[in-house]
Amino acid sequence: MKYTCTSPVLYKRARIIQCIRDFFIERDYLEVETPLCQPNCLPESHLKAARSGDWFLQPSPEQSMKSLLAAGFPRLFQICKCFRSGERGRLHLFEFTMLEWYREGIDYRELMTECEELLKFLACSLKEEISPSWRCRTERPWPRITVDDLFKRYSPLTATEAVRQNVFEQILVERIESHLGFSRPVFVYDYPAALGSLARLKPENKSRAERFELYINGIELANGFSELADSNEQRQRFEKERRLLEKRGENPGPMPEHFLAALDSMPQAAGIALGIDRLIMLCCGLSTIDEAVTLVPDNP
Amino acid sequence: MYNASDLKKGLKIEIDGEPYIVTDFEFSKPGKGQALYRTKLKNMLTGNAFDKTFRSNDKFQKAPLEERSAQFLYSQGGDYFFMDNKRFDQITMTAEQLAENTNFLIDNMEVEMLFFGEQAIGVTLPSSVTLTVTNADPWVKGDTSGTDSKPVTVETGYVLQAPPFIEEGDRIQVDTRTGSYITRVKE
Repeated sequence: MKYTCTSPVLYKRARIIQCIRDFFIERDYLEVETPLCQPNCLPESHLKAARSGDWFLQPSPEQSMKSLLAAGFPRLFQICKCFRSGERGRLHLFEFTMLEWYREGIDYRELMTECEELLKFLACSLKEEISPSWRCRTERPWPRITVDDLFKRYSPLTATEAVRQNVFEQILVERIESHLGFSRPVFVYDYPAALGSLARLKPENKSRAERFELYINGIELANGFSELADSNEQRQRFEKERRLLEKRGENPGPMPEHFLAALDSMPQAAGIALGIDRLIMLCCGLSTIDEAVTLVPDNP
Repeated sequence: MYNASDLKKGLKIEIDGEPYIVTDFEFSKPGKGQALYRTKLKNMLTGNAFDKTFRSNDKFQKAPLEERSAQFLYSQGGDYFFMDNKRFDQITMTAEQLAENTNFLIDNMEVEMLFFGEQAIGVTLPSSVTLTVTNADPWVKGDTSGTDSKPVTVETGYVLQAPPFIEEGDRIQVDTRTGSYITRVKE
């Protein structure tokens, strides 16, 4: 194990996490813990789950959180470990800490507002010793821009064309992300439908999903959406994802029937995942994710 | 065969028949999207550098590079001749290919030669080399000008800073990686 974090960062990390709990408990959210180790994962072609014996370590708690929503808990949050095979870099760890929260009766726009409120609450509650880069930017609402407008501004291709040519991510990473969230945090929203396999599509434009990302200092901090609660549509999307995985020679696993059954009793809701380690980076002015966590295994 | 996930700083790969070294590397993965491996690559033949982004399903060959020991024989008109110590065949490299290494090459020097297939593309010298000083201003005893170094010329024509007491005919040890003076050799 490599100790990569300084003692002050460790104390700040603990305080920031405590502050997040205060925010949600004040708003009547229930904190939950769900199994990290599961017999199968949702078929999502962009994630590679890590194996643990015959089972898998969760790439995110999304499956469990939605099951609880369906079981009748209207406001939920969880701070837990997630695992993603093959992801390692300045902003990526194989094992990392995620905050997820779900709320019944709101859509992605209202969730953007709540996400902004959380981060502004942190900026106000954490006094001098911790200075999130957005501290002085809590007065006015943060800007929101659609994916289509971003591509119009920075890319030679439209977002639709970029997806068709399979260069959406490349353009985003090479040309767009370096402009996002430096003067003020920014919400990017309305992603192409193909990039939101668990999100509801916009009723007035089925080619776009009600999904958003929050960017601060060029770093993608949180991803949220209006949850898709239609099991037929979800089944079709999973089939598409499973075909993609099969084409790549990967085992797509069984169709997650329990999850699909739960979707039918799930209320309209929105949910979001926020990377805690990246949040610590942004609060403490760190340049790598390794500096934000207690210990990093030498050879992940 | 390498996968994109094998990419890291220092990895040597072959693209379109030429060897490249990865000089910078960053993993990125936009949410709900595919992983991207952003690299800076340097062509090991031309030295040209450029940015390239790989995807997880990209595969590439390991550059067929091999190091073999060789002996420097002599130079003539900008060409440098070596002998492969195992195969006993003669290899020619240009001053341009050898770059600053020409400052330290002396007859019979043992070097590690890097081959790309059958083509010699670079040499690694011993980390230090002993060279004879061919030109140095005489040391004036009692010089109080306060300078603690002076330029001297060695047998290869290379000029470096050395302490004031170094004189013509002295043998000095030089660091081949930095090109700087290490010590005087007493023989």
